[in-house]
Amino acid sequence: MSVRVQEADFDLNAELAALRAGDARIGAVVSFVGLVRDINDGAGVSEMTLEHYPGMTEKALEAIEAEARARWDIYGTLVIHRIGPLKPCDQIVLVAVTSAHRGEAFAACEFIMDYLKTRAPFWKRETTPEGARWVDARETDDSAAERWGLGYESSR
Amino acid sequence: MSVKVLYFAGLREALGRSGETVELPAGIDTVGALRDWLVGQGRDKLATAKNLRCAVNQDMAGPEAAVRDGDEIAFFPPVTGG
Repeated sequence: MSVRVQEADFDLNAELAALRAGDARIGAVVSFVGLVRDINDGAGVSEMTLEHYPGMTEKALEAIEAEARARWDIYGTLVIHRIGPLKPCDQIVLVAVTSAHRGEAFAACEFIMDYLKTRAPFWKRETTPEGARWVDARETDDSAAERWGLGYESSR
Repeated sequence: MSVKVLYFAGLREALGRSGETVELPAGIDTVGALRDWLVGQGRDKLATAKNLRCAVNQDMAGPEAAVRDGDEIAFFPPVTGG
């Protein structure tokens, strides 16, 4: 289980190869890669900057991974989240999970991603033709996390 | 008691500061009370910010969460990573 927060890009093939290297128990590797799009809420996006809360970010991601490992029979997990300035088409986030069979790996990967979206302290600021703006949280992200029933506590 | 308060993202920009160490009067011992007290100290945006989230010592916490001497309390907008 591993969590990395970094400015640098990542090499998907290299990361997946390292995650499963030498482990013949693994029958399934599921990965998700999030990318920067060039449009959001009807405006063109030329650049995005990711801010985070150092310390809490790593702690939150580790807690999310631990929860996934408690729920599903999985072997390895990897979460990489980039920070700093990013451009459209850039990779933002990688979540990868290994297990004996696909079902566990698919579910755990989706769970980690859904919880990351609502619990890991990252914030996107995007540059549009009208200027820079902070991205608003989506209600669909909250409902995606809620369906896993972890009792998401907010300060609303 | 004294606590470290941190602000992030749009809230940090609106307040014009990333954090502060504050000496709290007696009775300010929850996140909700701290938020109200900070509003009284001129941090108006803490009163009007929508869906504000909070963490105590880097764990998500609600308004009823206890605040103790030396704690790190962070206020921030809903997260938008991933």
